[in-house]
Amino acid sequence: MDYSQFLAMRQEIGVLLVFLLVFLYDTFMPKKALNATAGFTAILFSIFTVASFVWGNVGTVDAFAGMYSTSPVCSMIKNILNVGVVIVLIQSVRWTNGDMMVVRRGEFYELLLVTLFGMYLMISARHFLLFVIGLESASLPLAAMVAMDKNRYESHEAAIKYILTAVFSSAIFMMGLSFVYGLAGSLYFEDIALQLGSQVDTLLVVALAFVIAGVGFKLSLVPFHLWTADVYQGAPTSVTSYLSVISKGAAAFAFLVILVQAFGQFYSAAWEWMLYALIILTITVGNLFAIRQKNMKRFLAFSSISQAGYIMLGVVGCNEMGLAAMMYYILVYIFSNLAAFGVIGAIENQTGKVDMTDYNGLSKTNPWLACAMMLAMFSLAGIPPFAGFFSKFFIFTSAINQGSIAIYVLVLIALINTIASLYYYLLVVKAMYISPEEPQIATFRSALSERLGLWICVGGVIALGIVSFFYDAILEATANSPMFAFIG
Amino acid sequence: MFSNILIYFVIIPLLMLAGFALCRNDKQIRAVAVIGSTILIAMSVWLLVDYLALRQAGETAEMLFTGSWEWFGPLNICLAVGVDGVSIAMILLSSIIVFAGSFASWKIDDARHFFMWLLLLSTGVFGFFISIDLFTMFMFYEVALIPMYLLIGVWGTGRKEYSAMKLTLMLMGGSAFLMLSLIGIYYHSAPEGGQLTWNILEIAKNDAISQGWQYFLFPMCFVGFGVLGAMFPFHTWSPDGHACAPTAVSMLHAGVLMKLGGYGCFRVAMYLMPQAANDLAWIFLILTGISVVYGAFSACVQTDLKYINAYSSVSHCGMVLFAILMINTTAMTGAIMQMLSHGLMTALFFALIGMIYGRTHTRDIRLMGGLMKIMPFLGVGYVIAGMASLGLPGLSGFVAEMTIFVGSFEAGMKDFLAGAGSLRLVFTVIACASIVITAVYILRVVGKLLFGPVQDEHHLQLTDATWWERLSVITLVVSVAAIGCFPNFFESLIKFTFSPELFRAIGL
Repeated sequence: MDYSQFLAMRQEIGVLLVFLLVFLYDTFMPKKALNATAGFTAILFSIFTVASFVWGNVGTVDAFAGMYSTSPVCSMIKNILNVGVVIVLIQSVRWTNGDMMVVRRGEFYELLLVTLFGMYLMISARHFLLFVIGLESASLPLAAMVAMDKNRYESHEAAIKYILTAVFSSAIFMMGLSFVYGLAGSLYFEDIALQLGSQVDTLLVVALAFVIAGVGFKLSLVPFHLWTADVYQGAPTSVTSYLSVISKGAAAFAFLVILVQAFGQFYSAAWEWMLYALIILTITVGNLFAIRQKNMKRFLAFSSISQAGYIMLGVVGCNEMGLAAMMYYILVYIFSNLAAFGVIGAIENQTGKVDMTDYNGLSKTNPWLACAMMLAMFSLAGIPPFAGFFSKFFIFTSAINQGSIAIYVLVLIALINTIASLYYYLLVVKAMYISPEEPQIATFRSALSERLGLWICVGGVIALGIVSFFYDAILEATANSPMFAFIG
Repeated sequence: MFSNILIYFVIIPLLMLAGFALCRNDKQIRAVAVIGSTILIAMSVWLLVDYLALRQAGETAEMLFTGSWEWFGPLNICLAVGVDGVSIAMILLSSIIVFAGSFASWKIDDARHFFMWLLLLSTGVFGFFISIDLFTMFMFYEVALIPMYLLIGVWGTGRKEYSAMKLTLMLMGGSAFLMLSLIGIYYHSAPEGGQLTWNILEIAKNDAISQGWQYFLFPMCFVGFGVLGAMFPFHTWSPDGHACAPTAVSMLHAGVLMKLGGYGCFRVAMYLMPQAANDLAWIFLILTGISVVYGAFSACVQTDLKYINAYSSVSHCGMVLFAILMINTTAMTGAIMQMLSHGLMTALFFALIGMIYGRTHTRDIRLMGGLMKIMPFLGVGYVIAGMASLGLPGLSGFVAEMTIFVGSFEAGMKDFLAGAGSLRLVFTVIACASIVITAVYILRVVGKLLFGPVQDEHHLQLTDATWWERLSVITLVVSVAAIGCFPNFFESLIKFTFSPELFRAIGL
C-alpha cells in the first residue's frame, strides 16, 4: 500500500490531530487548566484553519482506489466550513464555561470535531460506503450535542427527535443505495455513472427518490424538515448554530456531488423536476411557517429551511458557476446566520430570553447587539450592500444560466419568496427598532468572546460582498472541475 | 478610478455617513449635513457646466465622464459610470432636495441616526443615477429602498408601522421582478458566442435581445420600475408611505425616489428593449393613463394634506411614464422635465406641509383655515407650489405638462393617421383632463387652508417660518421658477439623450 495517499487526506488528518490534542488536554490537564479548554480549542482550531488555507490544497487527487478524492473545490468547501467552525467555537466559550457545562465542555468540543470529520468524509467520498461512514459520524454525535443541556427537558426531547429522524433517514438512504447497487453492481460514484447508461428505469427513479430523501433529511428540505424546528429550539444555541450552518453547508455540497457525479446523466430525465419541486416546496413552506414564529430559535429554524432551498438553486444550473455560487452562498450564509445566532446566544446567556417580544426596544438598551442583529437580518433577506444580496444575486444568475422558461418561473417563485422572507426578517427589525413597548432586556455588556464572534460575523457580512476577492477565490477553485462531466 | 468626478457622488454621502458617526452633538451633525449637501450641489453644478462645455465643444458620445472598473470579473460585473443630460438633471435634482431636506429636518429627534439613514438613501440614489451597469444600478436601487423602512418606521407619524412595511414590501416586490428581468437581459445581452455584459451602452449597441425575449422581459422590467413610479395598480404604497413619513423623507421619496422608477423605465426598459416597448406600450399606456386621472380624482376627496399631495404625486408621476411610452422626442423631453418639475414641486409641498403640521399638529384641512394671515411666508410658498402643480406659466409645471401633451398629441395623431388605432389619441385627451382636476384639488386646499376664517383660535398664536425653514423653501421655489423661466436651457441639456438607439424600433 502506498502510504503517501494519506497526504491527500491532510485536512482530515488535521481535524483528527486537533481532536486528539483536545482530548488529551481535557483528559490529562489539571482541573485548573480546564477552564481554558474552550480557548485552547478555539485557538488550536484557528491555527488549523489557517494552515489548511495555506497547505490544504493538494490539487486533484484520488486516493484509496478512488474511494476518496480531493480537489481544489473540496478543499475550499472544507476551508469555508472551518471558518464557520472557528466562529461557532468562539461564540460557544461563554456557554461552555457556564456552571451547567463545566463537567462536559470537553465532550462538546470533541464531539463537534468528530462530526466535522464526518462531514469532511461526506464531502470527499467518491464511494457510497465511505459516504455512509461520513454521514453517520456526522449525525450520531450531533444527537449527543443536542442533548448537552442536561437539565433542560427540551434538550432531551430535541435529541430524541434528532436521533430518530437521523437513523430513519439513514435507513431510507441505504435502502436507496441497495437499489442502486442492484442496478449498477458498484457503489463507486464513477462506476454508477458508467454502468447505468442513460436508460431511466423505474427502479432507478425510486432509488433516486430514496437517496434524495435521505440526504434531504440532513439538509432539512421540505417535506423532510419536520424535525428541524423542534431540534433547533431545544438544542443549546451553540449547537443550533452549528447545526444550521456547518452541518447544512456540508450536506448541501455532498448532495450536489452525489447528484452530479453519480446520477449526472439523468439530470433532465429523472431528477431535474424532483429538484424543482423540492426547491419550491422548501422555500415556500419554510417562509410561510417562519412568519408565525414567536421563538427566535424556531424562527431561525424555518428561515434556515428556506435558505436551504436557495442553496439548492446552485445545483439547478449544473455547472461550475452554480457550484461556485452555491459555495459562496454557504459562506455568506455562515456569516449572516452566525451573526444572528451570536446575538440570540448572547441575550440568552445573559437573560435566558429567546422570544421575539423580548427583543422589543432592544435598540434603546443594547444598540450594538440590535445593530448586529439588523445587519444579519438584512443580509439573510438579501439587502445590499450586505453580502446576502450578492450571494442571492449570484445564485439566481447561475440558475438562470440553464436558460429554459421553466427555470425563469422557478427563479421568479424564489424571488417572490424573498419578499415574504423580507417581511419576517423585518419583523425582527421592527421589534428592535420601532416597537413602542418598554424594552424587556436591560443594558448589559456581553462577554469578550461573544463580542469577538459578532465582530467577525458583522465584518464578514459587510466585506464578503463588496470585496470581490472571496467570490473570485471560490470561482477559481471551481474552475475546470471534472465534476460535471456526466451531466445530460 | 478616483479621477472620475462621478465616483464622488457616492463617496461624499458615504463620508458624510462616517462624519455623522463621529459627531458629538446635534450642532456638529447639522454642520456636517449642511457642508456635505452644499458640496453635493456645488459638484452637480460643476458637472452640469462641464457637461455643457463638452457638448459645446462638439462631443457627440452618448454618455460622458464614462469609466468602468472591473468588480466581479468572471460575471463581467463592473462598476461602470457615465452620465448624459438626463442623469445630470436627476443628479442636480437629488442634490437640491438633499440640501433642502437637511434644512427641513433641522430639529429632528435622534438626528444622528436619522441623517445616517437619510444619507444611505442618498448614496443609493446618486449611485443609481451615475451607474450604467445593470448590476450596480440594481444594487444602488435597493440600497435606496431599504432605509425607507426605518426612516418611516422610527421617525414617522400615524400608522407608521403598517405603512413602512407596506411600502418596503411593495417596492421590494417590484424589484423581484426587476431582478429577474435584469438577469434575463444579461443572458441575452450579446449575440451567440459573444461576451455577455451588464453595461447598458454595450447591450444597446449589441441589440441582441430577440423579439420573443423582449416580450417576456420588458413587462417585468417596466412593472418592476413602474411600482416605484407609482403606476396603477401598484401605487397603493405611495399615499400611505408619504403620509406617515417624516418631512425630509417624504421630500426625498416623492422628489427623488419616485424618479428612480421613471428613470429606470426610460433608461433600462425602453432603451434596451425598444421593440417590445413599442409593441406593448398600449398595456402600460392604459395603466398609466388610469394613474394620471385616478390619482387626480383621489386627491380631490382627501382631507389629509399629505394624502392629497401623495395622490397628486401618483397623478404627476403617472404622467412621466405616460409620456415616456409615447416614444417620441417631444413627449420624452416633457417626461424628463416633468420628473424635474414634479420632484422640486412635490418636495416643496411636503416641506411646507411638514412645517405647517409641526405648528398646527394636524393635517386635516377641515380643521385649519386662514393660515395666510398667521404664517404668510409658508402661505405664499404653498400658493407658489400649488400654482406650479396646476401648471401656471412661468413655473415648472406648465413647461413640463405642455411639452408632454404636445408630444403625446403628436404621437397620437401620427398613430391615427397611419391607421394604427386611436388609443394614444384617446388617452392623451383623457390625461389632459387631469389638468382641470388638478386645479380643482389645488384650489380647494388653498382656499380652505390659507384663506377664509381661522378654524381654531389656538392657531392665532403660531409663528411663521424660522430661518432654516425659509432657506429650504426658498431653494426649492427658486428652482421651480428657474425651470419655468428657462425651459430652453433644460431642453438643450437633455436633447442629446434621445439617440437613434432609443428609437431604433420605430425607425425614427
